Amino acid sequence: MAANREQHESTMMTDRLVVSIWLGLLGLTGVEVFLAYERLSLHLMLTLLMGISFIKAGLIMAYFMHLRFEKRSLVLTLVPTMIIVISLLTVFFPDSVRLLQMRPR
Amino acid sequence: MAEASEARIEDISVAEWGGGSLPYSVGHKKLGMWLFILSDSLTFSALLIGYSYVRVASPSWPTPFHLWPTIAMASLMTFCLLSSSLTMVLGVNAANRDDRRAAVRWIIFTLLGGVAFIFLHANEWRGLIAEGVTLFQNPWGTPLFGATFFGLTGMHMFHVATGVLYLGVMAVGVSTRRFGPEHVEICGLYWHFVDLVWMFIFPLVYLLSVKMH
Repeated sequence: MAANREQHESTMMTDRLVVSIWLGLLGLTGVEVFLAYERLSLHLMLTLLMGISFIKAGLIMAYFMHLRFEKRSLVLTLVPTMIIVISLLTVFFPDSVRLLQMRPR
Repeated sequence: MAEASEARIEDISVAEWGGGSLPYSVGHKKLGMWLFILSDSLTFSALLIGYSYVRVASPSWPTPFHLWPTIAMASLMTFCLLSSSLTMVLGVNAANRDDRRAAVRWIIFTLLGGVAFIFLHANEWRGLIAEGVTLFQNPWGTPLFGATFFGLTGMHMFHVATGVLYLGVMAVGVSTRRFGPEHVEICGLYWHFVDLVWMFIFPLVYLLSVKMH
């Protein structure tokens, strides 16, 4: 616990950096709401909104959850695992397009 | 010979992955929370991908959300969660400076952000239920809309409510010196994760269902 505390103290984020990240996240949320009212195709809209959401998630994990300041072995254990397993979950997704196009009309 | 053997055992035990040191340089409680977050992120991923699946597969998915009140309130809820994440980081920083009074104050602000989120969300649910949206039917046609909406947002709200309880316990524990900085940081990890999940629910469930004029 003492080691953890010493490590955290050495990498503790300044309040100014934290507020900057918070403002950035609020700004990106504003961009998302703006995009939602633009007349774009569903696929383009989905791509843009998910892209921004991944940037926001990255900022939260890196700074708020402190992952940027953790040891690389922890990052390399958690992040690739998460990405690979979530990617594997999407293997079913193309079936939704098949369902849409092959539905009896 | 015996001395060499002892020295060898000592070398192994302090080596990385030898069991005598922390290979990730984090305590076991924090590592446990990270593993919980990893597993919970898969639960939410499955729900979000399932939602996207039925949405794409449905030829007439409803887009019933007006700017006022739904999108405006959902944006306010996002603001509440993001701001509570900010106060949580400030609480963790205060706990690491051993400034317990400031840490408790920031944790309580975080808790209030969570309570505001739950209040706004419950109010939104009340409005939708009054419009006739239930788990199995809604006025707009596709019955799965209600099931996926309440399933996803309900699961998230359950996590927020759990987080609010966790923060309450943490505030009391820090003020009575029962919990230290590491506990506050672990609690913060959970709270930020709840915030992170909302960053995907908000665009997928709300912003892709806005009613265009």
